[in-house]
Amino acid sequence: MLTYYLELALRAFRSHRGLTVLMLLSIAMGVAACMTTLTVFHVLSGDPIPHKSDRLFNVQLDAETRRDWKPGDEPELQLTRFDAEQLLRARRGVHQVMMTGSFIAIDPAGSGDAAQPPFFTGGRWTSADFFTMFDAPFRYGNGWTAADDGAEARVAVLSAELNDKLFGGQDSRGKTVRLRDKDFTVVGVLRPWRPAPHYFDLTLGSYAKPADVYIPLSTSLTLRFGGAGNMNCWGRSDGIDPRSLNAPCAWLQYWVQLDTPQQVADYRTYLTQYSDQQREAGRFERPANPRLTGVMAWLSQRKVVPSDIQLQVWLAFGFLAVCLTNTVGLLLAKCLRRSGEIGVRRALGAPRRQIFLQFLVEAGTLGVVGGVLGLALTWIGLWVVRQNPSDYAQLARLDWQMLATTLGVSLAASVLAGLLPAWRACQITPAIQLKTQ
Amino acid sequence: MDILPILSTLKRHKTAAGLIVLQIALTCAIVCNALFLIFQRIERINADTGADEQALVTFSLASMARVENPEPQTQADLAALRQVPGVASVTLTNQYPYGRSSNNSGVRLTPDTTQSSRVVASHYTTGPGFIGTMGLKLLEGRDFEANEFVPGSTLDANPDPRVPAVIINKTMAERLWPGESALGKAIYVYGNEPQRVVGVVRDLPSPNPGSEDENALNTMMFPVQPSFRGGGFMIRVAPGADREAVLKAATAKLLANSPGLRRVIRDQNTLVKLRADYYRQDRSMIQLLAGVCVGLLVVTAFGIVGLASFWVQQRTRMIGTRRALGATRGQILRYFQTENLLLSSAGIVLGMIGAYGISLLLMKNYELPRLPWIYLPIGALVLWTLGQIAVFAPARRAAALPPVAALRGG
Repeated sequence: MLTYYLELALRAFRSHRGLTVLMLLSIAMGVAACMTTLTVFHVLSGDPIPHKSDRLFNVQLDAETRRDWKPGDEPELQLTRFDAEQLLRARRGVHQVMMTGSFIAIDPAGSGDAAQPPFFTGGRWTSADFFTMFDAPFRYGNGWTAADDGAEARVAVLSAELNDKLFGGQDSRGKTVRLRDKDFTVVGVLRPWRPAPHYFDLTLGSYAKPADVYIPLSTSLTLRFGGAGNMNCWGRSDGIDPRSLNAPCAWLQYWVQLDTPQQVADYRTYLTQYSDQQREAGRFERPANPRLTGVMAWLSQRKVVPSDIQLQVWLAFGFLAVCLTNTVGLLLAKCLRRSGEIGVRRALGAPRRQIFLQFLVEAGTLGVVGGVLGLALTWIGLWVVRQNPSDYAQLARLDWQMLATTLGVSLAASVLAGLLPAWRACQITPAIQLKTQ
Repeated sequence: MDILPILSTLKRHKTAAGLIVLQIALTCAIVCNALFLIFQRIERINADTGADEQALVTFSLASMARVENPEPQTQADLAALRQVPGVASVTLTNQYPYGRSSNNSGVRLTPDTTQSSRVVASHYTTGPGFIGTMGLKLLEGRDFEANEFVPGSTLDANPDPRVPAVIINKTMAERLWPGESALGKAIYVYGNEPQRVVGVVRDLPSPNPGSEDENALNTMMFPVQPSFRGGGFMIRVAPGADREAVLKAATAKLLANSPGLRRVIRDQNTLVKLRADYYRQDRSMIQLLAGVCVGLLVVTAFGIVGLASFWVQQRTRMIGTRRALGATRGQILRYFQTENLLLSSAGIVLGMIGAYGISLLLMKNYELPRLPWIYLPIGALVLWTLGQIAVFAPARRAAALPPVAALRGG
């Protein structure tokens, strides 16, 4: 039966070519608009570390002075150096990391390539657990150890891109990389890695490329390499180096890995106890207000997906609604034009249900073909999005999930659109149709 | 005009008519809001910062080795840059509009540090000649004097820094001292001694122009000169000189100006390019909105054409009868155009209600202002015109039907 309906559908398409083309274009454009914006949204709001995002938590402590405080205020987004070092020393989580971003000048002459001029690139100054916590993929070697942190070792991990630039992509373990005028030994090289969004540090851009060189934070502080990102100082901070140990300045990101809910509860208690201790010691002035936020909650709280993108998704859905209404109208027109044919079929004994199914199959076929066309248009649409030189535009690619969704949306939309015309078609009484012939 | 017969005909084709009305309503609602968003973004992109962006280039340097006292090198750099042909003036600043760097500070009106800040303002530290280089307009008071400047690197380790003066923008002056002149008033940002307002500029753009945050609307600048590595060089290019060429020459000159100290350019840009990058997202949103508007109008036109053609075909007998009874071609044409006008009007009325509803949703979720009522008649006009153009071809075909069609049947 289904193949018969398919045959009828194809015959109908051929005899009403203009109308069919209009409908196909309508469906394809609506589906393409929806899927382009949905793909961009899906890429931007996806889980950057799906197998682990419920075990990684960002830590916030309310370390500021009482001066501008209102109850219910959000605590500082980052930690002071004193608090971060205390928490790191206590090691209450499974893994923990304190870190900051940076921009640093690399001198290729230190790696043996005096021909290349020095250039600036992104760096990350972090403690040892960074690589295990965020599942940084290594191609050669490993990260460094906590002992290296303590010893302020001059070791570095390079990104794949930096390794290609300095060493032609070879195994560069043991080789030297010169940051400013200080030499570091390479202990590991990463594979190409681009977590999207850059969830563990949103201060340099939510979809920024990750750093090219990683060194221990303790080393960067001794060598006075500075940093980049957000720095928030309060109280009396005149004359104090903001990166010194006791500075009232928050500039470090602190993340902790906790594997079980019990560990999460225990860690929260620990943070509250720590805040109370600091209050007694006179360092904190506000009541204990620590936060432990999981990855997805963190991204949602920081409003990482730009509101423009959300607006675009709604716009695309509005466009799809109009395209659907258009398709319903045109399908209806096509059905009613063939009332003669329907009348004959009914007179020959076809029950209403079969007429209904016939037109649903027709709508479905339209949906499949329109979906394929829509897929091509989506592919073009995403290419146009990628020409936009913003941070996240490069991430807009069709994956299998979105591809299947495109065809699914197209099929569902056209079947939905076909419901009304199919129902009207099966209401046609054969007698009247045969009379008017 | 025979409206009643049109209405009774439409009543027999309720579903199809309803669909066209729905389509026109949705299109009207979306297009009205989209047009408003487009004009809003265009306004944002064309906002004037008050600085002479056409004439400005900027770059920043870093040294490969740490320099303990960067002041002599800074002075040498400024002197060298003034020699570069095409440079009208040069200054140093910690931040600039569309730049990556942004500094904000709380401003107190009393020396008591336990008091809350009155406002948070964008915090410029600039060298001599900033106002002239940027092309800012001084409304009251004066620019900084040479003896008021303090080198930035000397402030770093000083627990009670002395900065004597500040220049603020008009918005901040009115916020802190509404109705009075701000000249001579004191604010406390550095140390225990006040900074006195010596000048008020009309605009001092924050690094985020267009932002409605408090720290973007209030801006202040202090006579604290950054060093060559703590800030960026801002160069005003002489009229007639090539911006890019001057930038290239300036960066090359400074790279050669520090024998024994290797330096590298951190970034270099013209302000025009920075501005274009800053508004890139808005421009692509405008393109998308315009594309969607055009797409919607095209799809609605498809629908009207398709449905009108279908109705013409369905009513062949009726049209033939009317022609046989003496109706002219023009009357048949007008019949279909009037029918379309009725449908469009019904759709537009529904669409205006929808547009208002969408506008309320946008206001709530995306903090956009309410749709100004002027967009409703604009949307209405667009859709009426579209409908009339779309129905023209099928209506012409109907008018061309000969009277004998009545006998041949549909």
